[in-house]
Amino acid sequence: MKLLRDIWLVFQRYLGLFIGNPVWVAVGVIQPLLYLLLFAPLLKSIAKTPGFPPGGAYNVFVPGLLIQLGLFGASGVGFALIAELRDGVVERLRVTPVSRLALLLGRALRDIMTLLIQSLLLVLAALPFGLNIQVGGLLIMLALIALIGLLTASVSYTLALWLRSEDSFAPLLFTATLPLLLLSGVLLPMSLAPTWLQDVADINPLAYAVNAARAIFNNHLGDASVAKGVLIMAVLAAIAVSMAARSFGRAIA
Amino acid sequence: MTEGQKIAPKADTVIETRGLRRTFKSRRGAVEAVAGIDLAVTKGEVFGFLGPNGAGKTTTLRMLATLLPPSGGEATVAGCDLRADPAGVRERIGYVAQAGGTDPQVTGRTELQFQARLYGMNAVAARERATEILALLELEAAADRRTGTYSGGQRRRLDIGLGLIHHPQLLFLDEPTTGLDPQSRARMWDEVRRLREGGMTIFLTTHYLEEADALCDRLAIIDHGRIVAEGTAEELKRQIAGDVVTLGISGDQDAALALLRQQPFVREAGADKGIIRLYVDRGETAMPAILRLLDGAGMVLETIALARPSLDDVFLRQTGHSLRESGEAAA
Repeated sequence: MKLLRDIWLVFQRYLGLFIGNPVWVAVGVIQPLLYLLLFAPLLKSIAKTPGFPPGGAYNVFVPGLLIQLGLFGASGVGFALIAELRDGVVERLRVTPVSRLALLLGRALRDIMTLLIQSLLLVLAALPFGLNIQVGGLLIMLALIALIGLLTASVSYTLALWLRSEDSFAPLLFTATLPLLLLSGVLLPMSLAPTWLQDVADINPLAYAVNAARAIFNNHLGDASVAKGVLIMAVLAAIAVSMAARSFGRAIA
Repeated sequence: MTEGQKIAPKADTVIETRGLRRTFKSRRGAVEAVAGIDLAVTKGEVFGFLGPNGAGKTTTLRMLATLLPPSGGEATVAGCDLRADPAGVRERIGYVAQAGGTDPQVTGRTELQFQARLYGMNAVAARERATEILALLELEAAADRRTGTYSGGQRRRLDIGLGLIHHPQLLFLDEPTTGLDPQSRARMWDEVRRLREGGMTIFLTTHYLEEADALCDRLAIIDHGRIVAEGTAEELKRQIAGDVVTLGISGDQDAALALLRQQPFVREAGADKGIIRLYVDRGETAMPAILRLLDGAGMVLETIALARPSLDDVFLRQTGHSLRESGEAAA
């Protein structure tokens, strides 16, 4: 009970901080729409290429875009934590009886909520362009995005607590996310890639999330790739959460 | 009530440590930041930790506030064993870090309410307590502004308010007046005295001699992770009998020092950073004797001063270097 209460308190604080910053809210809304408006039209012509997966350009592109949103949207959350470490906020909170797990989960919950709202906006905006999605599929998709958000946010917070400086956090973040993204088939399906690149992509957990998302958007909810993608993300998220919670509790000299 | 309370040896001891140590690993090996500290802080007193930057003051404080696990030793804080019951310690103490701990984007009132809720108060109680604290620290006018707009003194008062929110028995203040202007500092001293009158035990660190002298009922002098002296300011100063004469000499300082040491009226002599310090029984009679002596030896005296022993003399005698100089060099 105390844990739930603490999570709720921490969540409220960071939600308030987010809403109190109109720039963040505006960027959060505009960013996914820019991808949709400025990148998706390119796919219309590529969709006819041999090897391009079935389902139409938007049903192939939007799921990838959602995964990318999950990765990029949540990977930067560590920046705010580094600023808080510097201001002494984290240390102040650690002297109170608040649960260390709640310090992480309350924040991550805010990050996940932001992601889910962005995702819904993106899906709604894509509907007039010819995107097809059933309610059941959408719910599974949102659950998958929530897991990716939890995983990415937890890793981001762990790295922030570990590095404690934007100067090392920013390049590491960029170096880590770029190959993950390129090898996930988010931008273009990996089915277009040469065999060696496909083999490398096989060890990228994010690629399984993208496969799951594409199956969901093809209305193949019972497909093995869906369960596989969700399961891999859930296991990784659990590991990342326990790492991050430990980092919040550990003394930082 | 809790098991931890049984461990407390005496009812009026709020902090007791035995051999408290902390070692940090660095690239050049282990560094002993706190090298075995034994101390006892009594209920209702203002206890000061006086020492230069890097002496281990903050590290000790962070251990006692559960932020840093000790590498060795034991401690009982506010009736709870530090290792066995850190949660019990957290509920009973307030801790104000040197750098504070407020988010510049958040208003003072919101920070106080959030803090109150983390200590278990419901929303209504948290609102009331925040209003109470704002009134206590005269922050009402700034309450609904973001803390990023606060002056140094206002932010410091808010930091203290956050530490007080849950009526702790014991308040830790790490360098409470560092970086404050003289007016804000005087105000902070008044605040600390007021809290003490209300029965709170306060453990503060400082590298200001005046602060330790004016504010603390008892103090411990710490250097290189060790307590080198402990007692009231008066007791400590009494260890240095007589007066202090400081001399500035152009020329061979070592020769002068050797010469002065031979004099029967000089109890102790030392040199630090170009200044010779003599501890003498009676300054009034020693000064003319020193002048004659140096003149006779052909040495040129540039400055001479007579003073009652200060805490800095205590520090110098115990550590071999002056706190005033090391403190200012670091500041």
